Amino acid sequence: MTETSEALLEVRDLVVEFPTRRGILRAVDQISFSLMPGEVLGLVGESGAGKSLTGTALIGLLEPPGRIASGTVRLKGQQINGLPPEELRKIRGRRIGMVFQDPLTSLNPLYRVGEQLIETIRTHLPLSEAEARQRAVDLLMEVGIPAAERRLDSYPHEFSGGMRQRVVIALALAAEPELVIADEPTTALDVSVQAQIIAVLKRLCREKNTAVILITHDMGVIAETADRVAVMYAGRIVEIGPVRDVIKSPRHPYTKGLMGSIPDPEAEAERLIQIPGSMPRLTHIPKGCAFNPRCGFANDQCRTERPPVRAVGKGSVACFLDEAQLTALSLEARR
Amino acid sequence: MLAFVLRRLFQAILVMLVVALVSFSLFRFVGDPISVMVGQEATQEDRERMRQELGLDQPFPVQFAAYVGRIVQGEFGISYRVGRPVIDLILERLPATLELAFCAAIFALVFGVGFGVFTALRRARFSSKAIMTFSLIGVSLPTFLIGIGLIYLFSVELKWLPSFGRGQVTDLGFWTTGFLTLSGLKSMVLPAITLGLFQMTLIMRLVRSEMLEVLRTDYIKFARARGLSDRAVHFGHALKNTLIPVITIMGIKLGSLVAFAIITETVFQWPGVGFLFIASVQSVDIPLMATYLLLVALFFVTINLIVDMLYFIVDPRLKSGVALARH
Ligand SMILES: Nc1ncnc2c1ncn2[C@@H]1O[C@H](COP(=O)(O)OP(=O)(O)O)[C@@H](O)[C@H]1O
Ligand code: SF4
Ligand SMILES: [Mg+2]
Repeated sequence: MTETSEALLEVRDLVVEFPTRRGILRAVDQISFSLMPGEVLGLVGESGAGKSLTGTALIGLLEPPGRIASGTVRLKGQQINGLPPEELRKIRGRRIGMVFQDPLTSLNPLYRVGEQLIETIRTHLPLSEAEARQRAVDLLMEVGIPAAERRLDSYPHEFSGGMRQRVVIALALAAEPELVIADEPTTALDVSVQAQIIAVLKRLCREKNTAVILITHDMGVIAETADRVAVMYAGRIVEIGPVRDVIKSPRHPYTKGLMGSIPDPEAEAERLIQIPGSMPRLTHIPKGCAFNPRCGFANDQCRTERPPVRAVGKGSVACFLDEAQLTALSLEARR
Repeated sequence: MLAFVLRRLFQAILVMLVVALVSFSLFRFVGDPISVMVGQEATQEDRERMRQELGLDQPFPVQFAAYVGRIVQGEFGISYRVGRPVIDLILERLPATLELAFCAAIFALVFGVGFGVFTALRRARFSSKAIMTFSLIGVSLPTFLIGIGLIYLFSVELKWLPSFGRGQVTDLGFWTTGFLTLSGLKSMVLPAITLGLFQMTLIMRLVRSEMLEVLRTDYIKFARARGLSDRAVHFGHALKNTLIPVITIMGIKLGSLVAFAIITETVFQWPGVGFLFIASVQSVDIPLMATYLLLVALFFVTINLIVDMLYFIVDPRLKSGVALARH
């Protein structure tokens, strides 16, 4: 288990459930992955695949009745799911930072940006008010906010969306966490600033050797930013591997379809997902492989048994097709 | 900011004019003021002469303008019943009502906000559910029943607190206060609770639902994700955002305490303006009724004005002219 001791984050068989009147809904179903220090992992999948819930589960912020039903989350070998709330709180912001989708709603409208930064800094670091203020200025400069010293006294509504997301990133990085979970950090932003925000996040995390879980459904962003990528479908990770492999030669039939959605700069129009049908709702997840109703390769086994996760190449895939068939798929995708 | 203040001020003056019109109409349409003022044996000529002297033969707008002019100069007329200037009678009684309304407001605010926050944060607790159920009673029972119930329990059965009057008051010259003696303070408890209970439950429910809403917002989730303590999240970030939309409504509610005081003052024989008003209605004392009306309206308008200013000061988004978005 040498890998365990090296890994920054180690997620094993994580299950997130919502007890409802009509039974228990499994939104995240036995996902496993690990993350090295400083590594950027892309988490992709259609809306509703369970990406955000995975992120919130990792930092222990699932809203009841949602809960981690089983599995473990280890940070540098220490299990953090199930820790007392106060212990978890000390990890949040300090060791794991979080960036949410919508910068317009992430900041408290009634407090100055500086107040929110200083509050966060002083919650985690033993700094005086003046030292924290200086650090806040530095942070704002690092995320590329001009006239940082003066902007400290501005309220969130006085910033544009892109600038606000920079502030949010500054807040997430305020205590130099080892891991940042960024949940669709650019989806709510104007297309023209999306690339800048990703660039800021990427640069800072590389400088500070911060690992990132980048949740997005934008494969273009993943291609440019991530080291590895995990593809989620109906609460499960169907494929995980180095970003180049997954994008250039996807093995899982779902990933293969999904890759069709990357905008191709050569092509005039964006190609869309070619997979027929849509992702099942949590109440109607099919037996066996969750993808089987939409999969062109589905056989009887796919409709009854859940495919195991198998190592293929440098990554792993959850599919019954054998290695030769998967490779054939990946070659076909490459054409 | 100045434009905002001026606009609000203009609106306030408009409201006061409308109320003045209503109270002026009382004089015109509730009985004939001349027959109230002159004796039985006055001749028709006497009446006509008096009508002219008082300007009652003038067209309505002129009379109304004259009325407003008198009010502005502080002339509210002579009480029919007591024969003294109405304004003196009211000013004598005002401290009692204002002290009562003040205590009721403090009670309603402190417990309303306190319980509201508690029941929002500890939603699943039995005590929260108990408070919520109990508050339903507070909303649905009429004030006088609550007053009588409290009197029965604390005055008749337990004999802890007096059941009527202000107790011993201290005359400060311009103001009589019940705050400086023990009996004055004890006398305040039951009436203040009676008057404030309804508003307290309203504020509590308002704060609770607003707080629950705020706790679901992204910035609260983000505040938690930043690792802030529960205390900072709840009382630093959530409470402030909860109270802003609540301020306006609370202001109006508390302003209405002065008007609602009529019932409480009657139940507790509290020597305030509400009690005086009831007496003036019984004897059709128009000048007093009209003045009371103006006074209550003035109260509402002033409190509203203050609340608007407060809103302005507390919410930074208003200062820069950004429309107040919910989140
Ligand atoms: N509070 C909840 N109760 C029940 N189901 C939920 C709740 N929150 C999220 N879900 C469901 O969990 C699934 C995954 O949600 P989410 O993680 O937000 O997806 P995404 O991949 O788009 O971020 C969705 O189908 C969603 O409907
Ligand atoms: S397990 Fe079967 S149904 Fe699922 S993706 Fe593979 S081939 Fe398709
Ligand atoms: Mg999401």
